[in-house]
Amino acid sequence: MLHAILILLGCQLVGEVLARGLALPVPGPVIGMALLFAALQGRARLRTKAVDMGTLPLGAAAAFLLANLSLLFVPAGTGIIRQTAVLTAHGPGLIIALVGSTALTLIVTALVFVAVARRTDSKPETERKS
Amino acid sequence: MSDTSRLWVFLAASPLFWLTATVAAYAAADWLSQAANRNPLVNPVLIAVLLLAALLTLTHTPYEVYFEGAQFVHFLLGPATVALAVPLHRNWETVRRALPPIFAALGAGAITAVISAVGIAWAFGAPFDVLASLAPKSVTAAIAMGISQEIGGNPALTATLVISTGVLGAIMVTPLMNALGLTDYRARGFAAGVASHGIGTARAFQVDPLAGTFAGIALGLNGLLTALIVPVMIGWLR
Repeated sequence: MLHAILILLGCQLVGEVLARGLALPVPGPVIGMALLFAALQGRARLRTKAVDMGTLPLGAAAAFLLANLSLLFVPAGTGIIRQTAVLTAHGPGLIIALVGSTALTLIVTALVFVAVARRTDSKPETERKS
Repeated sequence: MSDTSRLWVFLAASPLFWLTATVAAYAAADWLSQAANRNPLVNPVLIAVLLLAALLTLTHTPYEVYFEGAQFVHFLLGPATVALAVPLHRNWETVRRALPPIFAALGAGAITAVISAVGIAWAFGAPFDVLASLAPKSVTAAIAMGISQEIGGNPALTATLVISTGVLGAIMVTPLMNALGLTDYRARGFAAGVASHGIGTARAFQVDPLAGTFAGIALGLNGLLTALIVPVMIGWLR
């Protein structure tokens, strides 16, 4: 478990350093995620008989954090309670914009995904043959 | 001063108390969510936030004092974001085969999120700084606040709009997808991540691990795309 914590924190730290150093528009943790993903892909390629992630401490640590991801938004969420006045200050327009736009985005994203997936889902096999 | 009030003065100023309160409020909210069979209306983030807000109001505790304790939970958002690499790696074969729908849905979703939000608020007569604060509302708070600052919005208002969007998306995604008859968990999760970032992703992981993986991909990619398109699109309004 100690190594798992060190890996997660280390990737985030390197991500933060890269984000600041190169003035990237992406937050450090997102770069850290890309780095860890690249490392895991590399490990799987080098050691084809490597044990499955789920049995490793890193797999367990990641599963624990992601299973409780909702908890991590509670402190920031509590902060916005002080700001609810600004939501209502602009009349119903802002609330309607939030609800309407979120619903529309969910619908458009899911429908486009399914429509394109229907055309491409069986394609990889045919591509490999050609 | 009585012993109990002296004890309270000590506890109310200690990070331990507010850290414990945060975890306790969430444990209670999560228990309710489970008891309601994960009904999306019983959103654990929303319930925990309401419980803590009531407690802070009743005890006249400033948010800054609360955050002294809660920051330890807040900090874990960084390592949790890094941890998204693990399910992405484990499901890579499934993800790789779905790259065409991923990029098509990302483009359509990112543009819909910005145009619909800004369009509706503009129709209601919202001023430019509010429109600029609203435009990046579907992406994770750190990216959204940066965009808002860059284009002349108010980052504090953006943070509020981002969290509200997250909770709204987490509540709406399941009933909307069921109404549309969509059973593809890749599409459902991806939509949750595009529309409502980390809080939508948390909901997706609660429903299905594959949905959570696709939500995590959407959260990362949409942060990147929105940071690129919002400054261009908001220029059309000026």
